[in-house]
Amino acid sequence: MTSAAASERTLHWAEERTAFSRRLAEKWSLSLTVLALFLLVAPLFWVLGGVTDQAARVWSWHMLTQTTATGGLANAIVGTFVLLAGVLVVAGAIGVGCGVYIAEWAVPRRRLLLRGASEVLSGVPSIVIGYVAYVALVVGLRWGYSLVAAVLALSVLVIPYVAKSTEIAISQVPTSYREGAMALGMGEGHVLGRIVLRSALPGIVTGLTIALAISVGETAPLLYTMSFSNGYPDGHLTHTTMGYLTYVAYIFWDEPSSADQNLAHVAALVLVLLVVALILLGRLLVRLTQRHSEGAGG
Amino acid sequence: MAQEAPGAGGKRPLEGRGRSLRVLRALLGAAAGVPALALAAMVAVLLVEAMPAIRYNGLGLFTSGLWSIGSLYSQPVRTGGVLHLVGAHYGALWLIVGTVESSALALLIGFPVAYGAAVIIAERLPRPLAASLGLCLEVLAGIPSVVIGLWGVLVLGPFLAHDIYPELAKLPDVPVLDFFRGGVGSGEGLLTAGLVLALMIIPIIAATSRDLLRQVPRAPKEGAAALGMTRRETFKAVQSRWIRSGVAGAAVLGLGRALGETIAVALVSGSQIQNPSNIYDTMTTIAATVVQQLDSALTDPSHLAVRSLAEVALVLLLITLAVNSLARLLVRRSARDVALPVGAGL
Repeated sequence: MTSAAASERTLHWAEERTAFSRRLAEKWSLSLTVLALFLLVAPLFWVLGGVTDQAARVWSWHMLTQTTATGGLANAIVGTFVLLAGVLVVAGAIGVGCGVYIAEWAVPRRRLLLRGASEVLSGVPSIVIGYVAYVALVVGLRWGYSLVAAVLALSVLVIPYVAKSTEIAISQVPTSYREGAMALGMGEGHVLGRIVLRSALPGIVTGLTIALAISVGETAPLLYTMSFSNGYPDGHLTHTTMGYLTYVAYIFWDEPSSADQNLAHVAALVLVLLVVALILLGRLLVRLTQRHSEGAGG
Repeated sequence: MAQEAPGAGGKRPLEGRGRSLRVLRALLGAAAGVPALALAAMVAVLLVEAMPAIRYNGLGLFTSGLWSIGSLYSQPVRTGGVLHLVGAHYGALWLIVGTVESSALALLIGFPVAYGAAVIIAERLPRPLAASLGLCLEVLAGIPSVVIGLWGVLVLGPFLAHDIYPELAKLPDVPVLDFFRGGVGSGEGLLTAGLVLALMIIPIIAATSRDLLRQVPRAPKEGAAALGMTRRETFKAVQSRWIRSGVAGAAVLGLGRALGETIAVALVSGSQIQNPSNIYDTMTTIAATVVQQLDSALTDPSHLAVRSLAEVALVLLLITLAVNSLARLLVRRSARDVALPVGAGL
């Protein structure tokens, strides 16, 4: 009744206007959306171009082999990868576990609660996580500046992403796969491991690459948990400092020495390249594992 | 969609498997508790850390704009049981104002762009083009905030201060446009921060709106077309209503991201704790202040500076928690199957 009245009103309103003004409105709204699209794409290429331009002017290959002590980025690049490895282990294990539990075992009310907590955690500003890690781990537990504190801070930041994509991927596994496996006499654990997780693998992999891409670019959780070092990682887990790329970009850009400023520009470019590479790697892995999972599942 | 606890109460034929499964289940259950635990721990740590500051600052935190660590050369004194430096005064009014202003600007600038782009991507463009624009959105979301901040302070800011702001400042002499007149500064300030933040929240809002638009069923659209509506009229009558609250949720989610953004704002805001006199003036936000002041706060022997930073961090945490919960509530009300991306929604 009401919807019929509404559509009649809309129809009436449409008829009232001349064909000309309707066509004009059509063109006008289309050009507005085209403008919006331009305003979205142009800044992206402006940023990418600007970063590339500033780095290209000062680029030299030895920056990739020297440490920051001698005017290069090698220690920061290595440090960033050490961080990524840590995040992959910690956030990967906890995030995937979290997602599997929420999708497979949590009763509806608890599922809502756990999922809600994870989603809300994803909205916590990274500096708050960094500050708490500093107070609780670096000072409170007397770990000093440490790799563990930095990895934990980053992991808390990205666990929601891993958990969410794991949960979604598992919920999209067709029920018939499980039923078929169970009908063949597979136990619950085997169904989970061999059928469900394998079919959900592309989604889980996406979540992990997203987590890594975010970790590459984070600065705030690391500044006060790991500080910075000019040399290579020393292998200690606590009471140690380590170099990483975002620090170079954030701190070095307005140092008085132009050599340091140049490093900041190059670090920014390396960061962008790493993120883009991770995004593309994620897409590639998804394509590969998808083929695999279809083979395994069907 | 999701399974209802398969085999939870059922008999397990193989006891050995059942036991290892129970262990696995307990382990994963512990992992699932981590996010809630982390949230609770963060609130607790900040609350404990901030307690002396909460007692010392009182409501002055929200009503005063003066943020002063006090005299570092004085002996710390005790007031009401709290150790502090002589002249220490922590008023976060301009931090809160700056946070809200820059985020509101970001939403004001970013939302129309993101929504408009989502509409054309979902409704008009052929699939391959839409897919490559999807990659663009992903890359834009993935660019580290420190890189966007550097670009903002080295490229965008100088360009705006040199070529755009002087023109903007010539706006007609009408009282409502007061905010646009006056000195344009060096390009580090409120409007630059708003623009940079807009760039950072656009991919979240655009990707979510696009996904919502793609889930609008065909029938009502065809119905509208059959009634002789143009595409724009169809969109107004069908799609925009269908996705309304989901888009609102996406916008609020973007707002949450802008409120908490730290590094980019620290780079382009000018980092002055003050009420900006016009839209180009330097300012700062809660998040930027915490990251920039922690070093100097650690030199305060009474530790009240660090604790006051904990207090504003707690305020920021509570604001973003409220905003995020609101966003998820909005989306859950409308779209049954569409989930908001978490956080940055890369």
